[in-house]
Amino acid sequence: MTVSRYGTYGAILHLVLALTLAGCAATRENTLAEVPPLHSINEFGDQRYADVSDPWEGFNRSMYRFNFIFDKYIFLPVVSGYEFITPVFLQERVSGFYNNLSEVKNFTNSLFQLKGKESVVTLGRFVTNSTVGLGGLFDPATSFGLERHNQDFGKTLGYWGAGSGPYLVLPIFGPSSLRDTGGLAVDSGITYGVYTALDPFGNTGNAFAFSAGVTALDAIDARHQQSFRYYDSGYPFEYDMVRFLYHSKREIESGKPPAE
Amino acid sequence: MRYLIWLFVASLILMPVASYAAEDTYGYPIPGSYEATILGTPTELTPEFPLNIPVRQLVLDVIPGRKRPPIFFYDEGLRCTFAYQKQKAPLVFLIAGAGAGDRASKLMTMMKAFYQAGFHVIILPSPSHANFIISASQSRIPGDLTEDAADLYLAMETAWKQVAGGIEVSSFNMCGYSLGATQAAFVAKLDEERKVFNFRKVLMINPSVNLYSSSMRIEELLKGIPGGPKKQGIFFNKMLSKFSEFYRYGNFVAINDDFLYSIYTERLFSREETAGLIGLTFRINLAGMIFASDVMTNSGYVVPKNRVLSATDSLSDYFLVSSHLSFFDYFNEYLFPYFQSQRPGLTKQAYIDSLSLRNIEEYLKSSDKFGVMTNANDFIVTGAELTYLQQLFGERTKIYPRGGHLGNLEYKDNLAYMVAFFKQ
Repeated sequence: MTVSRYGTYGAILHLVLALTLAGCAATRENTLAEVPPLHSINEFGDQRYADVSDPWEGFNRSMYRFNFIFDKYIFLPVVSGYEFITPVFLQERVSGFYNNLSEVKNFTNSLFQLKGKESVVTLGRFVTNSTVGLGGLFDPATSFGLERHNQDFGKTLGYWGAGSGPYLVLPIFGPSSLRDTGGLAVDSGITYGVYTALDPFGNTGNAFAFSAGVTALDAIDARHQQSFRYYDSGYPFEYDMVRFLYHSKREIESGKPPAE
Repeated sequence: MRYLIWLFVASLILMPVASYAAEDTYGYPIPGSYEATILGTPTELTPEFPLNIPVRQLVLDVIPGRKRPPIFFYDEGLRCTFAYQKQKAPLVFLIAGAGAGDRASKLMTMMKAFYQAGFHVIILPSPSHANFIISASQSRIPGDLTEDAADLYLAMETAWKQVAGGIEVSSFNMCGYSLGATQAAFVAKLDEERKVFNFRKVLMINPSVNLYSSSMRIEELLKGIPGGPKKQGIFFNKMLSKFSEFYRYGNFVAINDDFLYSIYTERLFSREETAGLIGLTFRINLAGMIFASDVMTNSGYVVPKNRVLSATDSLSDYFLVSSHLSFFDYFNEYLFPYFQSQRPGLTKQAYIDSLSLRNIEEYLKSSDKFGVMTNANDFIVTGAELTYLQQLFGERTKIYPRGGHLGNLEYKDNLAYMVAFFKQ
């Protein structure tokens, strides 16, 4: 669910916070007295299920709604514009390029998890696709049998036993947890460090414009690759289901394998 | 080495499948009805479709002035998916199965198959889906075949009005699966009076003969779990830990199709557990329907009467309560009392009988526009009901030897049959 390749969005974050706080001030109208329902939670002697620790649910639900609105009026129109003007072939090359860059993150984290074989495979993928695959535009590595292993620092923390912490819906990035948010910050930091060290646009004379463009296209491509749409299922408990699916997928995939 | 062992085990398990398949010419591979229902069709057995299909989502104002409570702020109208041809072509209305919206993956596959064969397609969500209850149901109480058919008919008229200016249509047709199939029969009957569409052909896929008895058969799937349906939470949590243990020990790359398929080949879940998972999925869908209807009618069924929920309120408890209610709870405490108050003197048995194809069998027998496609091992119908369908529709009944409930819907032969039915 989390798209962990966005650039920085400091200004938007401020906007989000302002909007959320404004939302909290609204009060609800309720003039008629409430009558207890025919069925309530007290009558069930069963375990709760699909349940995830969510002490900040009010904030998270506001953020979930904010993401829906942001998607609807800003992000998705931009993505559709991109999809409209860009031939599918080119879209796939753009995705390939950014997916290849994110192998750096997969590689560092499989190292952090001391997964030797996986690191070698990921490194092999990066080298193959960067050279034979023309800088990641194509993905010959997969056809050579080198499977992609998505890794991030949140998974690394989970692998070494850190609990997920409370569920957290981030603005724009979407469903996450306290641990995974920390992981996202670390991954972004590493990417930024690598980027600064390489300084690929240093000689262009207009480095800022170039890197801003690269970052923006990264965000657009990431949303383009992510088919999830807020409230699209129409299912009244979608928030609960997304929370559960995000949490269990992360827990299962970051779980440490048994000793062999 | 590990992969080799896996391959070996998988081929051992799949062997009976292969030999079973050799007994007939039908190539759908999964013999078990529950397994087929959950797994559907393996990707390599579904046909390839063109990438660029002109599709847009219609958001229809079916009931002008409909008020929506704050919690459903995102619902702006009935959402229907529309795929269109540039030239004059026949149109197929697709009706989703129980609990499904207009973007369910089975519907997307059907839409692509029909589009590829030269049809316009309009997909309608199931009247049991929250979006339909909120935006297109007059009573806001789903489950009555006659009223749901009237709601569907109005939704189809609204959709047609919206797109009529942009496309040319040579004939109207209708296709539904599961609950949507049974509803299609009732919509077709209504059309004989209203004559807006004059449907040329109607295909019912895996229909239920009687909604009450089909629901009973689905509810029974939960009875095999330890402690029965009231302990579905314990069951769910146990299945989840089984699932994650399996992943941990299995050296998988991610939770993907390969992983899910190996759950099947490794027989991670027993037959009772697989049945329980289907029953639980039904309950989770039902929960959305019950909750949406209760909020829309302010009936005080699971949400306190007069409570106005906001978009930031937690719904976890409502989810747990609603998903622990059975179809019978809904029927006895909510649906039937409502219709009894509308039609004084209505008995429960009479009402149950009205939720059946038998209720309109004279009409179904007399018309040659209908066809049925279903499976010999679909658990929502009994053997007697299957025979009944054959008697009713004669040679226009196509029964596949396996596929469970909708498991083979996306299989290439099935899609080809669907398209051919409307081409005739």
